[in-house]
Amino acid sequence: MAKYTYSFYPGCSSQTGASSSNYMVSVRTMCEELDIQLNEIPDWNCCGASIGYAGGGELPRLALSARNIALSEKHNPNQEILATCAACWLSTREAAERLQHDAGIRGECDQALAAANLTIKNTTPIKHMAEVLVQTIGFEEIRAKVKKPLSGIKIAGYVGCQTNRPFGIAGESFENPQYLDNLVTALGGEAIPKYEKKVQCCGGALAFSEPDKSQEMIKGILEAAYDHGADMLVTPCPVCQMNTEVYQDQINAAHGTKFKIPVVYYSTLMAVAFGRSAKDAALNGQVIPAKKLEEIAG
Amino acid sequence: MNTNVDNTAPAQKYRTSFLQEVEANVEEGHWVKMCMQCGVCSGSCPLGKHWEHPPQEIFMMIRAGKREAVLTSESMWMCTSCYNCIVRCPRGLPITHIMHGLAHYAKRVSLVPDNQQTAKFAQLFWNNLALKGRVNELRLGMALYFMNGLGEGIKTALKMKDIGIDLAKTKRMNPMELLGGHSIKDLSGFKNMLKKAQELEAARIQPQNA
Ligand code: SF4
Ligand code: SF4
Repeated sequence: MAKYTYSFYPGCSSQTGASSSNYMVSVRTMCEELDIQLNEIPDWNCCGASIGYAGGGELPRLALSARNIALSEKHNPNQEILATCAACWLSTREAAERLQHDAGIRGECDQALAAANLTIKNTTPIKHMAEVLVQTIGFEEIRAKVKKPLSGIKIAGYVGCQTNRPFGIAGESFENPQYLDNLVTALGGEAIPKYEKKVQCCGGALAFSEPDKSQEMIKGILEAAYDHGADMLVTPCPVCQMNTEVYQDQINAAHGTKFKIPVVYYSTLMAVAFGRSAKDAALNGQVIPAKKLEEIAG
Repeated sequence: MNTNVDNTAPAQKYRTSFLQEVEANVEEGHWVKMCMQCGVCSGSCPLGKHWEHPPQEIFMMIRAGKREAVLTSESMWMCTSCYNCIVRCPRGLPITHIMHGLAHYAKRVSLVPDNQQTAKFAQLFWNNLALKGRVNELRLGMALYFMNGLGEGIKTALKMKDIGIDLAKTKRMNPMELLGGHSIKDLSGFKNMLKKAQELEAARIQPQNA
């Protein structure tokens, strides 16, 4: 039996051929090393993310997450739900809390679930992977697994919004969370604790609908990392990763900048530091290659 | 049950008080009266300079009965769901959800400004996930490029072409998704659930139509 077992909610963007499929590869590698078993929730559906409200309203949107929780309770009983995507985690946890606090909505939600032959107890804790790493596993255990320290790599810990607010990680401040910096240090890299833009919004879904306004914010996130001499950014969120990585050419064209800075996941760093191959760390999934990690992975 | 929504019905019922209408019909709307107008939320929005009426002002306008001005505003569509406001508000208002709720309600009563880009994108997103239970990113992207018409779409698609190629090269986009793509198995149960939820919500918000 694995040391840690969770009921896993991977989310749409993690699927094969989707925008954070590389995240999933490095997460699986990281979990092998840390002996974390992920039991995927059978037949999970989209959480509605932070943009589902407009078309979905309240109850249909909450029902999406309720279905996932119900399926988890049914197929992976007594296992905490674990999500790797910030929006998945947030939507699911928010839905669980709303259903706990609002008996009216809960009653309606039960009726909606009954139409899919499901029932919900709604007692399952819902965790983000970063939360599990920091709180359950701990930096000590992570440090002990490091085979190839990330020496000489300066990494800006970009936490973003939704892994940080409104729930965040217990013991961390909303304005200046430290856990990515502590992780970078545990992996032998050089953290930038004073990175000013660590909780700056990247625009989220509005990067699609309001690209110019969002790219202006992304520019600030990248600029501050450059000012600190960062070699790369690390993030726990698929939306942050995508937004800060793939628009750099467009930002350069619009603003005359010359950004070309890799943005990786915490799991990418861990896979490399744990001595795994570039492939297992999904370095081939970088639109902007993380050369310094490639050199270490060999 | 009649789910054909009469958009003027809520206005008739609550013509004396927009605050009451918001409390009854908008997600987390019952919190609005708790706002003490400190302005912390308004200073927290990342796209703040693009908000015609920042959250604090929206709450004031709701109490002042400015139904049309609030519901036709683009402001709440500028919300990036960053949750800055929620963790800072001294009165504990779930501001993010009220903004989302107002945006959805504006859609429900057909007061969203034409061409509101986030409103259009958000609807495409919902339609996309409701179809198969999971988001098909490629189709969503295509729909997004073309949501403002063919000419605009080709321009956007060309501008985005390099990003598409980058993502395809790194296997983070799969052209085959256009032909079907990921789906859940119990699609009929899923659709029944959403239909039921939509009916219940419509009945609750429009009791006079039940
Ligand atoms: S921060 Fe809270 S109390 Fe202050 S204006 Fe905003 S909603 Fe009102
Ligand atoms: S969640 Fe929305 S309303 Fe709140 S600070 Fe962010 S953008 Fe403003």
